Amino acid sequence: MDYAATAKEALSRIAEATDLDTLEALRVEFLGKQGSISGLLKTLGRMSPEERKLEGPRIHGLRESVTEALTERKDALEAAALEARLASETIDLTLPAPEQPVGSVHPVSQVMDELAEIFADMGFAVATGPEIEDDWHNFTALNMPETHPARAMHDTFYFPDHNEAGREMLLRTHTSPVQIRTMLASVKENPGGAPLRIIAPGRVYRSDSDATHTPMFHQIEALVIDRDIHLGHLKWTLETFLKAFFEREDIVLRLRPSYFPFTEPSVEVDVGYTLVDGKRVVGGSQGWMEVLGSGMVNRRVIEFGGLDPDEWQGFAFGVGVDRLAMLKYGMDDLRAFFDGDVRWLSHYGFSALDVPTLSGGVGTPA
Amino acid sequence: MKFSLSWLKRYLDTEATVDEVAATLNAIGIEVEGVEDPAARLAGFRIARVLTAARHPDADKLQVLAVDTGEGKPLQVVCGAPNAREGLVGVLGLPGAVVPANGMVLKKSAIRGVESNGMMCSTRELELGEDHDGIIELSKDAPVGMPFAQYHGASPIIEVAITPNRPDCMGLFGIARDLAAAGLGTLKPLAVEPVEGAFPCPVEIRTDDPEGCPAFYGRVIRGVKDGPSPQWLQDQLLSAGQRPISALVDITNYLMLGHGRPAHAYDLARLNGPVVARRAREGETVVALNEKTYTLDGEMTVIADDTGVHDIAGIMGGEHSGCSEETTDVLLEIAYFDPVRIAKTGRKLNLTSDARSRFERGIDPQFLDTGLDYLTALIQMICGGEASHVVRAGAPPATPKIVHFAPSLTERLGGVAVPADEQQRILEALGFSVVAGQAGFGEAWAVTVPGWRPDIDGAADIVEEVVRIHGLDKVASVPLPRADGVARPTATPMQKLERRVRRAAAVRGMHEAVTWSFIPEAEASVFAEGNGGLWILANPISEDMKAMRPSLLPGLLSAVRRNFDRGASGLRLFELGRRYLRGEAGMSDERLTLGFVLAGEKTPRGWATGKPATFDAFDAKGEVLALLAEAGAPVERLQVMGAAGPQYHPGQSATLRLGPKNVLARFGMLHPKVARQFDIDGPVALAEIHLDAIPARKGAAAFARAHYAPPALQAVKRDYAFLVPVETPSGDLVRAVQGADKANIVLARLFDDFRGAGVPEGQKSLALEVTLQPVDKSYREEDLKAITDKVTAAAAKFGAVLRG
Repeated sequence: MDYAATAKEALSRIAEATDLDTLEALRVEFLGKQGSISGLLKTLGRMSPEERKLEGPRIHGLRESVTEALTERKDALEAAALEARLASETIDLTLPAPEQPVGSVHPVSQVMDELAEIFADMGFAVATGPEIEDDWHNFTALNMPETHPARAMHDTFYFPDHNEAGREMLLRTHTSPVQIRTMLASVKENPGGAPLRIIAPGRVYRSDSDATHTPMFHQIEALVIDRDIHLGHLKWTLETFLKAFFEREDIVLRLRPSYFPFTEPSVEVDVGYTLVDGKRVVGGSQGWMEVLGSGMVNRRVIEFGGLDPDEWQGFAFGVGVDRLAMLKYGMDDLRAFFDGDVRWLSHYGFSALDVPTLSGGVGTPA
Repeated sequence: MKFSLSWLKRYLDTEATVDEVAATLNAIGIEVEGVEDPAARLAGFRIARVLTAARHPDADKLQVLAVDTGEGKPLQVVCGAPNAREGLVGVLGLPGAVVPANGMVLKKSAIRGVESNGMMCSTRELELGEDHDGIIELSKDAPVGMPFAQYHGASPIIEVAITPNRPDCMGLFGIARDLAAAGLGTLKPLAVEPVEGAFPCPVEIRTDDPEGCPAFYGRVIRGVKDGPSPQWLQDQLLSAGQRPISALVDITNYLMLGHGRPAHAYDLARLNGPVVARRAREGETVVALNEKTYTLDGEMTVIADDTGVHDIAGIMGGEHSGCSEETTDVLLEIAYFDPVRIAKTGRKLNLTSDARSRFERGIDPQFLDTGLDYLTALIQMICGGEASHVVRAGAPPATPKIVHFAPSLTERLGGVAVPADEQQRILEALGFSVVAGQAGFGEAWAVTVPGWRPDIDGAADIVEEVVRIHGLDKVASVPLPRADGVARPTATPMQKLERRVRRAAAVRGMHEAVTWSFIPEAEASVFAEGNGGLWILANPISEDMKAMRPSLLPGLLSAVRRNFDRGASGLRLFELGRRYLRGEAGMSDERLTLGFVLAGEKTPRGWATGKPATFDAFDAKGEVLALLAEAGAPVERLQVMGAAGPQYHPGQSATLRLGPKNVLARFGMLHPKVARQFDIDGPVALAEIHLDAIPARKGAAAFARAHYAPPALQAVKRDYAFLVPVETPSGDLVRAVQGADKANIVLARLFDDFRGAGVPEGQKSLALEVTLQPVDKSYREEDLKAITDKVTAAAAKFGAVLRG
């Protein structure tokens, strides 16, 4: 028998098959139960051993080459079909993806977190107090009796209400009443009530309004009460905190004597700046900007806090959080902080993942 | 306070430049707010002599001058002043100079065809006066060529801020004393000779209010001639920003600005009978020098005669008895008023004045006689007249304050070691007297406080004096003692919760806003809770900032409106802050709250999604639950109950409660009426989470979690569909099914709510996917049947029937 001719014909028909159905039909025709090559295989049983020895390999060879050709052709057809399908599935990936809303954290919150991180490393806990205060905590206990001229300088918002102790209710003009509340609470909890290291962030209010003053703003108060704390510690704390906050080693402070009823001696603190493209950048000492008020806690305040001023002394300072944010992140209008303009919030706000850490640096680069 | 350097130099013998003075003032605690150098404004103007003056060829009113500028060839200048003439010495502005009056930059030009190389100036052009009839004529021997600024002697003006503890520095002499102590020169002591009286004081002077006015000294000067002050006095007052009025008034102002000592001069002709310091009568009125009428009460001290009040003591004189050009006899008053009373009166009358600001801070009670003599001498010098004897009614508080001060305290409190002798020098230069080794003082010094320093109270104040004069820059930084090891965590649970929820909200796509704590009362009222009512400010900055917010939502809604007005289409805003309620004992109750608003488009129109989608109540619910979960609230135990309140859509809002009373959150759609009030179109989903109501985690923080190993056997899912009455809350059914067999059911999830074809009227079909977790062995058919029976029974309690 001329197997070669059979093979040639089979292989050419397989090669000509253009779809999988035709190919399957060919497989059945050649290799199915009734298939022509299957039929040839069956003839082997009837052959003599000699014949079989001769014909066997030839028939098997025929079957193998046809099988192989079928497989190859099937792979090729399948690949072509896949390619055709994929080609038909092409999409325009320059189309926009579904939009995910992107939120932000307000600069005031971010800076508060940065400050909490820095001060925690220096051992300061965070304390809070009410914003609707009484005049005793806001003024009297801070050594500002009723007729004290400094009271008038505070542009205080008052309520018509008095509390049960007969004290006038007002919006706190600074975070300093938290000093008193913290000392009193600490004395209540443990006799002696000190040492203490706290910061107290929060909203404060003054009846004042222009581009750099809003009737509501944010302060952070720091208080250290211990046995041998002096002005040198205050200076170090301020330098250390400002260096960490601005992440610059060239922070220069200028301390000026000043007056606050609740501190004695009192110190106003200027930070040096450098002009870069006409903008003030903290660092260096080309000029000076007032940043905060501070001093050694007045002994009367320590007394009002329930502590013995002959045993305990310390320092306190208060700094504007909004102002720190502006100096660090470059906003120039304080009023925009409280407007809720999403364009401003998107621009100046922070990613939720910008969690301040000491290891990563508390600040978020622009 | 403003003063000129030349005035300062009347009190301080110094060679220091204005910059050195300013730097020293800052260093010792007198903050310099500005330095203005008038010389800078006169740069480019110099003294010149007119050599020849000839008629301009083409203009009748102009002349062509040849001007000697002191160097080089004479310059040709065209000038229109009628007084320009040969020999006149005047002021020439050279090209490049800026005319102070109008900012014009001078340049070489041609005027009607004749070259002009500058401008001869009038007083008005240089802002030195009003005269513009002609050019300045200086004396013939004025040095030609000298810069005019130098000749004019205009002194730099320094403006300082005086802290309220330093009444002594509200007189320039006090500032000079501080500067001298800081080594910037020598203080020139005030040399005042007592002025003997020539006749008895013709007026009776009394104090009937020794509390408010402990001392009232006075005398009459008769035969004075009032009129404009001499130029030197006018110049000094102008440098301080005080307008010269007349010699008598100017002299009292000079005493006040120079020595911090207010005094008053009455026109004697206008007084009747004794002049008395007394309490005002209830309802008594006075027209003050500012021409306003003030109604007084019995708590206020006044100076009055038989006809009425002439002076609101220590604050402002009366118009009626003020001095004028007709005045010939004056009564001088120099008194000591109680600072507290002055402050109270001033506050009550809402009247500020230079006198008040000094008296209420406390003036030197030891400067009455000297002050009066100085005043007398100045008046006699300038206005002439004859002085009477001095009448002294009452006496000022006299006991000097003595402070125990151990010089070692300077280092202990101030952190800088200053040698004892230097400390003593500083204190004495400031007018303190120091006695060491006094009996009973131990190592401490007895430091006597001068009368002009009412602020000095204790040893810490003395430390401040020493340190500020010695130099704060000499205080070295000293690290705070630091606990061993890594810094301990300091945040409280509430602070951690706050930080976490804030960042969770931002992660979920919301922008954090910070809005005002005070809002319009009308808006606050809409969101007011019971609890005693709103906190309303007595003196708000505007009606829009009047009521403390009882909710964060009104502020956010206003922000929504502003954003919409600016063209925003979809908004997700949140705020984390306090709302202000009434608390116990008349105090406030300030609760940490997170509010958010979802307004406008949830998703914009899109190529894949078609039309824009808007927010609905489930968006609010989803955010609330996600945030509560981050806050650590037991979300799986929360119940959805009732409507959220009148601000919300009654059918599309609810509260989330832990137990029947504890409301953790309100959420839903904004009531259309409220939306209209805030001028917002379209639906708004919103919510408020009461962070303070979330129960705190009990016990100390443990880090190890409850043990868990994923079960070996696979979970099985079964679907159930129930028919329930339409009004049955689906959540109740889910909760019932979830709890039907706690050993096996790990989750019941509702996936379909269907009403319509195949479902009877008044009913709905709810479909739940229940996840069952076998523990030891796989479920057999009968196990599953038993679970289904339990599920069906539990659902039946809500009238639910399993669909076949």
